[in-house]
Amino acid sequence: MQQQATNLNPIEQLSPEASSIPTSTWLARTKRTPFFFPLVGLIAVSLVMIVTTENFLSANNFLNIARQVSINAIIAVGMTCAILSGGIDLAVGAVMALSGTLMAGLMVAGVPPSAAIPIGLCVGLLFGLFNGFFVAYAGMPPIIVTLATMGIARGIALIYTGGYPIDGLPESFAFFGRGSVLGVQTPVVIMLLVFLAAYLLLNQTPVGRYIYAIGGNEEATRLSGVRVARYKLLVYALSGFTAALAGLVLSSRLMSGQPNSGVAFEMDAIAAVVMGGTSISGGRGSIIGTLIGAMMLGVLNNGLNMMGVSPYVQNIIKGLIILFAIYISRERRKRR
Amino acid sequence: MNTALRLEQITKRFPGVNALTTIDLAVEKGEIHALLGENGAGKSTLMKILSGIYQPDEGRILLDGVERCFSSYNEAVAAGVAIIFQEFSLIPDLNAVENIFLGREHTNSLGFLTRKSMLQEARALFKKLGIAIDLEVPVCKLSVAQQQFVEIAKALSLNARILILDEPTATLTPTEAEHLFGIMRDLKAHDVTMIFISHHLDEIFEVCDRITVLRDGHYVGSTDVSETDVDTLVEWMVGRRLEQAFPPKPVRNSSARKVLEARSVQLAKNAPINSFTLHEREILGFAGLVGSGRSELARAVIGADKAWQKEIYVLDKRTALKDTAEALEVGIGLLPENRKTEGLIVDFSIRDNISINNLGKYLGTGPFIDHRAEYDTTQEVMNRVGVKAPHPMTVVGELSGGNQQKVVISRWLNHHCKVLIFDEPTRGIDVGAKSEIYTLMRRLTNEGYAIIFISSELPEIVGLCDRVAVFRQGAIVATLEGDEINSTEVMRHATTGN
Repeated sequence: MQQQATNLNPIEQLSPEASSIPTSTWLARTKRTPFFFPLVGLIAVSLVMIVTTENFLSANNFLNIARQVSINAIIAVGMTCAILSGGIDLAVGAVMALSGTLMAGLMVAGVPPSAAIPIGLCVGLLFGLFNGFFVAYAGMPPIIVTLATMGIARGIALIYTGGYPIDGLPESFAFFGRGSVLGVQTPVVIMLLVFLAAYLLLNQTPVGRYIYAIGGNEEATRLSGVRVARYKLLVYALSGFTAALAGLVLSSRLMSGQPNSGVAFEMDAIAAVVMGGTSISGGRGSIIGTLIGAMMLGVLNNGLNMMGVSPYVQNIIKGLIILFAIYISRERRKRR
Repeated sequence: MNTALRLEQITKRFPGVNALTTIDLAVEKGEIHALLGENGAGKSTLMKILSGIYQPDEGRILLDGVERCFSSYNEAVAAGVAIIFQEFSLIPDLNAVENIFLGREHTNSLGFLTRKSMLQEARALFKKLGIAIDLEVPVCKLSVAQQQFVEIAKALSLNARILILDEPTATLTPTEAEHLFGIMRDLKAHDVTMIFISHHLDEIFEVCDRITVLRDGHYVGSTDVSETDVDTLVEWMVGRRLEQAFPPKPVRNSSARKVLEARSVQLAKNAPINSFTLHEREILGFAGLVGSGRSELARAVIGADKAWQKEIYVLDKRTALKDTAEALEVGIGLLPENRKTEGLIVDFSIRDNISINNLGKYLGTGPFIDHRAEYDTTQEVMNRVGVKAPHPMTVVGELSGGNQQKVVISRWLNHHCKVLIFDEPTRGIDVGAKSEIYTLMRRLTNEGYAIIFISSELPEIVGLCDRVAVFRQGAIVATLEGDEINSTEVMRHATTGN
């Protein structure tokens, strides 16, 4: 029963042009961006709040939310880099507390803010480098390294302060947390500048491409001739730096160095990153998504507060929404 | 004879593609039936339908004349269908016994594992296979070929009446493959029906009774092995006759410059010390059996892996080559053995994969990438290498194996590299794409590149290389030139060392 079908398309006729070229309608393009679903989520959550609360939709409240999320959002920028590269940084909350208290302590001791602030930021950066060294050069898992250094940073902050808040900061220092630039609160301005810088880094420079590539396939990136360890080190340094920057804003906002601040902030930052559509295993995601994710958390906090929902119940609602957000992003990946 | 298995009008669609269109397949009881076709022809999809992993959109599956409908692999196993997967389905940290009995462990009346009875049964299985394997160590510690036999033992332990072997020989040496064929003939004598998928036509002629060919998800034809020949089958598979698989070799130029000279490379303290020289415009083959240390040497030379000690000269200049970034600086690129795990970032677009190591050239004066230039250059390189894809932004995971491999090659051609190391560049890609890769390699050497070509397929080595270094147990045992390069000579050195 030897037979051969005759009506087959010969392979030669299958030209590459015949296959579907991605359509470039506005909607299709928007849908392909990594932060499309987070954006829809943010709009949906905002709509719910507008309908259920009276004062949600006011310019004042909007600025309020932006300021409330700024600290978490700034931390989440470094976290986005760490997660995109396939890692994570659990030490951010503790590093924030360390940098914040150090700045406060120096200023109380008479060091001018113009010196105390850079020193505080440098300490955050150094702590990040410390993390990065163990991850990139000693090849240790980031979750363990940063879990360990989280304890170290918190411990140093507590020893340095003796466990008490440091008050009595100079008035000029209030600018970073309570001041405003052209009518916009300084924390919001700092947040937007950090996001702009991160956007340029991740989307417009080779370093950004390497960060994505390392998260996508570290071995392939290394064998392509990219010095992977160097960029992993950089990622953790960045994360330490943004945590210190958040420490600056927080200390200035409170006008106090709080050694116990920032507990569990790493969790909020991670939540913002993954709700923003960044894959927890790295390689896929966007910094704009993180901003949207942080805003979403802020809107939830703000709205639920205005609705008078008990903080205990708020935790449950936020947890469920995070689960739902990640469920959606997983679905998205499967379909591709 | 009675028909053990009949597939009728099987159709399967995936989003955007018709993977299979009205496929028919009939296999007699106790027959070894080869399923042939280029990569992407639909062989694996069809076998996944037969084993219940996928469900057909249309069509019927009949076992012994009874229509069956499997909604999962377990149902197929219960009906006597087992599959030896192309990609290993073993759990790396479990040992062979635990892997074989995974999901159907023997337990006593209390529900605890009875290791002894499982161990005994596994021993009996491997004895039947005639393979000696350490059953106590995690399978990740076994060689790839040993893992393959664990996979085979796992399928056999299911006492399947219909056994699907999806490219089981891809990772086996000829001797090991021969051993597998012995096992297959034995199973055949016990009336087990087998479907055998392989890219090696000689194997199919050796062991199979009938052949069915698929192309682009369509049924092309079936024939008895005795009534066909290689040329016919290749024509069925590719839809055209292959003119000549290998491009002609140029005349050797004895005064060619040395571009890469490894004076001594030692991988570990007491390992053999190797040396070789690569000249401009030549293809130097690294031949040998799987596990003979070819990739390991190449990778150690360029700093992808650590070496105990090495002395390397690039264009007569001593170079440390401590990592791949340094290799890239002096112009050496590697096309790794496993393109999905080592070569590509599968979630990335073609553009991002090609430009990953040459982003510097799009920087201009500022710190930012000129995306327009990057896109245009990508398009240009894709055309030069012949990557068939709708778009430079197409995700590489969606490309065929051959096109994926061309993307990795493009990455290095977009650079200033002059030395390329191709580690098994044609593994798992179809006949047509293989031929294109051969032509491309020769074109590159004509343009001035020098290539180290690591391959386990003798015809490739013989057909393509200007010189061949033959490896055995970690050492280069011979370097062949000109007329010395033939299958028997290479095989003799690779297997006997002299």
